[in-house]
Amino acid sequence: MMLCDECKKRPANVHITKMINGVKSESHLCDECAREKGELTLISDMSESKFSFPHLLSGLLQTTPGIEFPMSVPVHKVGACSNCGLAFSTFASKGFLGCSRCYTEFQSRLDPLMRRIHGNCKHTGKVPKRVGGAQGLIREIEKLRRDLARLVSEEKYEEAAQVRDKIRDLEKGLAGGA
Amino acid sequence: MALKDIIGRTYSAWMSTNAPHTDVALSSRIRLARNLGDIPFPWYASSPDLAKVAGEVEKAVREVQGLGGLEIARLSEASVLERQILAEKHLISPQHAKEGENRLAIIAADESISVMVNEEDHLRIQTLLPGLQLTEAYELADNIDDLFETKLNYAFDERIGYITACPTNVGTGLRASIMVHLPALAIAGQAKTVLSTVSNLGIAVRGLYGEGTEASGNMFQLSNQVSLGRSEHELIDNLCAVTMQIIEQERATRKKLLYEMRMKLEDRVQRAYGILRHARLITSQEALRLLSDVKLGVEMRLISEVCGETLNELMVITQPAYLQKLAGEELNPTKRDIRRAELIRERLSAK
Repeated sequence: MMLCDECKKRPANVHITKMINGVKSESHLCDECAREKGELTLISDMSESKFSFPHLLSGLLQTTPGIEFPMSVPVHKVGACSNCGLAFSTFASKGFLGCSRCYTEFQSRLDPLMRRIHGNCKHTGKVPKRVGGAQGLIREIEKLRRDLARLVSEEKYEEAAQVRDKIRDLEKGLAGGA
Repeated sequence: MALKDIIGRTYSAWMSTNAPHTDVALSSRIRLARNLGDIPFPWYASSPDLAKVAGEVEKAVREVQGLGGLEIARLSEASVLERQILAEKHLISPQHAKEGENRLAIIAADESISVMVNEEDHLRIQTLLPGLQLTEAYELADNIDDLFETKLNYAFDERIGYITACPTNVGTGLRASIMVHLPALAIAGQAKTVLSTVSNLGIAVRGLYGEGTEASGNMFQLSNQVSLGRSEHELIDNLCAVTMQIIEQERATRKKLLYEMRMKLEDRVQRAYGILRHARLITSQEALRLLSDVKLGVEMRLISEVCGETLNELMVITQPAYLQKLAGEELNPTKRDIRRAELIRERLSAK
């Protein structure tokens, strides 16, 4: 009699055959363990599987010989990040960078990849206040404009007037700074 | 409010049905990924580095007015079961529940805000609201982000935006997602077609517990696929617009089912209700499936004895870790099935 692959105690009476990417795998489980596993699939992650984003990503990096990629230097010869020491080949196999500095160190390699993922390489969203500058001001003005529209629709005219004045001041600052 | 109170409580604010479009959209979630400059990302960081990040974040929570109301939970001090419950409550990810050392979960008392520290990124600020309220959820997250920023030195690049461990999250670091319940489309055999169409519109479809999980109980999570090159508001507006269309399709299909096969539909939802009211043994998969049917019945006014909130609550508390917490002991699958059936009978007859 065949025993359960999991507990190796009870007889296996659930037989599962999986085909993933043409690779066949079989498992033989008892009722209890099969149900246990079935329950766990709800919350278990598949980050180890070949379908996770990091894996697809690294696959893309390693196997795409496209013109878009500066592939003249093989992955294993790109070198390592001077801040954290992460080798580019490690990124290629893991899908994760080592630290924020990796993005500048590996820029020529990463840009084509990011264009592929996002279709774009230019951030147009939120900017931290500390970075400030013109971008921060523009964002602040956009936010105030939304506030203004909301206040007007709520007929809170006094508050709206204050917000309007604030927008004017900021716009002056933007014009002056530019 | 201490961690044990959050864990002990079965009702969370997102379960409310007093919000826009809750007949199809269960909840709206925003996640902002943030990292501290030059410190290696969690997967690559040393213990001291991780401790440094955790320390700085804790300090910020204590010092910044407006963050003070958040509860800091050190996952190393929580049991495996407690961590699993936090994941079942959608407060942390299943991945975050696996790790302990130097991992934090920072949670608002009503569970609308949770910040994971040292998950895939140093910080993941998450907000969760009932129904379709993505803009509101974003404003909440944006505000928390601004507050943290006053103390933390975020890694940010003028050109590519907020820096994240994985290049797929770079830019805004935003993932906006909406949990939708699509039983009618599933009954009509159209759910797959509809969902594969949206993936062509920059929208990703996932299961109940996020990345890498399968859809159960006809619940699907819709989220933005890209994070760079568009502003937060553009990403959110796009997701909302697509979701609204799916909501309309689901509603139209519900009407159609009611018109074309009312008796069959009534039979289906009442049978599900009957099983849940009387079963003695029930697996979590079966429970989710039947709860989905009953939910459909409630939303179509075919069942009036149950309220939507009870069903949302049952979806969480019938999960394995929660059941064991309620039982106060580890349970084998059969015992869990017994407890689960008991709990469901109890809740459905309490009303």
